[in-house]
Amino acid sequence: MTEAVEQLRASVIAGKVGARLQRRYAAEKRFRVYGVAAIAIALSFLAVLLVSIIAQGYSAFVQTEVRLTLDLDPAVIDPDGKRDHATLSSADYATVIRNALLARFPDADDRVGRRELSHMMSQGAELEVRKLVLADPSVIGSRREMWLPVAAPVDQLIKGNMERAPDKGGQFKERELARIDALKADGSLQTRFNRWLFTEGDSRQPELAGLWGAVVGSFYSLLVTLALSFPLGVATAVYLEEFASRSRWTDVIEVNINNLAAVPSIVFGLLGLEIFLNLFELPRSSPLVGGLVLTLVSLPTIIIAARVALKAVPPWIREAALGLGASRLQMVAHHVLPLAMPGILTGTIIGMARAVGESAPLLMIGMVAFIVDVPATPMDPATALPVQVYLWAASPERAFIERTSAAIIVLLCFLAVMNATAIYLRKRFERRW
Amino acid sequence: MTTASESQSRPGDQGINVAKVTANDVNVYYGDKHALKGVNLAIQANEVTALIGPSGCGKSTFLRCINRMNDLIEGARVTGTITLDRQNIYDRDLDVVQLRARVGMVFQKPNPFPKSIYDNVAYGPRLHGLAHSAADLEEVVITSLERAGLYAEVKDRLDEPGTGLSGGQQQRLCIARAIAVSPEVILMDEPCSALDPIATAKVEELIDELRENFTIVIVTHSMQQAARVSQRTAFFHLGELIEVGNTEQIFTNPQHKLTQGYITGRFG
Repeated sequence: MTEAVEQLRASVIAGKVGARLQRRYAAEKRFRVYGVAAIAIALSFLAVLLVSIIAQGYSAFVQTEVRLTLDLDPAVIDPDGKRDHATLSSADYATVIRNALLARFPDADDRVGRRELSHMMSQGAELEVRKLVLADPSVIGSRREMWLPVAAPVDQLIKGNMERAPDKGGQFKERELARIDALKADGSLQTRFNRWLFTEGDSRQPELAGLWGAVVGSFYSLLVTLALSFPLGVATAVYLEEFASRSRWTDVIEVNINNLAAVPSIVFGLLGLEIFLNLFELPRSSPLVGGLVLTLVSLPTIIIAARVALKAVPPWIREAALGLGASRLQMVAHHVLPLAMPGILTGTIIGMARAVGESAPLLMIGMVAFIVDVPATPMDPATALPVQVYLWAASPERAFIERTSAAIIVLLCFLAVMNATAIYLRKRFERRW
Repeated sequence: MTTASESQSRPGDQGINVAKVTANDVNVYYGDKHALKGVNLAIQANEVTALIGPSGCGKSTFLRCINRMNDLIEGARVTGTITLDRQNIYDRDLDVVQLRARVGMVFQKPNPFPKSIYDNVAYGPRLHGLAHSAADLEEVVITSLERAGLYAEVKDRLDEPGTGLSGGQQQRLCIARAIAVSPEVILMDEPCSALDPIATAKVEELIDELRENFTIVIVTHSMQQAARVSQRTAFFHLGELIEVGNTEQIFTNPQHKLTQGYITGRFG
């Protein structure tokens, strides 16, 4: 009798447990599905972002150029035969180029035709020829084949970014189109690697506009930021974590550092404008000031990351060192800091990555100006990559759209390299205990 | 309390030689908590003194007073005096760094630095400038490893990380690291609690050998261990020193009820 009751009870319990178990497994499965779905959605957004940027931007890495046989006629370039720098610098290379085009298209030899031919070419073409002549004046008098950049509209037409038909928004007349097609047909019109993009500063002519000025500006800014924020941040973190005794003051400091990490970066820009430019009168628009402001932006991040890294060093390392008679400074310098370094470096690079992508504070200190020259020192006016993106995105020319995307690609590559470095450093120096 | 002072003042117990370390009315407070209450204890040179007692009785706290590791704990306060060779170690003029060179410590969990075996042992001598040349240093390292009974096992891999050794080897490495600075006193805070019985036996054997040259104070939860390695035993309970005496006497003929209860396993 009792046995049967026991059995019944056991089976009821088993049934209940079984049902509960089922529910538990189902809940777990649901949770996994949610997780996978969330990741899939995030990845698809990322894919859409990357694909659209790359699809828009990849064509900016090439530039249409035309092959011309130039007659470097001394009568045009240097009619007085002086061969000095001033003459050669201001010589009429536009005519040299137009004559080469006229030789190719003799039917265009009228006022309108000549203007049409001139408009085909970029101003960069003249600069290229000038560069050639200045480098070696002995080429004057010879004939020379050169690849020269065409104007942005032709470039956009070749890349398929512009409609051909004039009634659909095309800029070219029938005969202009015929000339372009003729050049293309015999292989004299090709898209080639866009060397201007990586060697030149900004320009009003999209085909001549380059990122190099912005890259150098960003580089100098980051250099200043790194040189200031790394030692300051690490020293602050070490002091707060290893030396300062907990008191109301350190609590206040800690809360404020955490708050600073969340302050909108444009506020730091205003601070930089007031302090660095107005009070200290440092050069406006310079990477030096940009770096100072970005130091303010990245310091809280670096301090917080460094403190976390220092906290992660097990306390028995400290005890072992102190127990052997090491002073606190020796303990930190010999053991704690080396062990925390991978984490500190990772945090620093993340802070720097934040700084390199920052544009708002740079707007406040004038790094948004239109600057053609590549900065030679951190004191020269410059702009930065994200600001360049902002500037190009605001430009109306069709050719700047693809260049905006190209600048974003370069910026993303910058960030990818920095993050990869962070991961490498972490893997390389990580210690397990 | 009374029992403690009685047992200390018993003739023949303390002998004629002066104690290496003497604690006089030592109190320790962690914030509001009174963790150690008026402890008087003399530790003789070249002896192993075992501190036993239930968890939270203050024996580790007392141990950490002897090399002032309690200074590191925020809110810890120590009153009374502890003398090392008649010098008060809580004196204002006393240099803590120097004190810790004279009073070495081995911790509960083996804690070698994540460096090579050689560098682990060489760290102390380098710190205090004890070796004048590379050859000197090597000799110190090898002697220390030998005295810790580890040299034969690691002599071919001194460049390998100390963290790669087994638990027992790591603990002996930590002992080698401690004796490399030639301390006078070695404090051991449950040095075998993380080790298996074989490694424990090796470390106990080592402690017995080290007694010749060092004064050793060991905190242990194992009464068998206290009985095996120590000459004197001090029993702590709830922050008070209840009884201290020759190990044999404590284990065979404890004077205090609490001691008897703890040793016979009635509580603890």
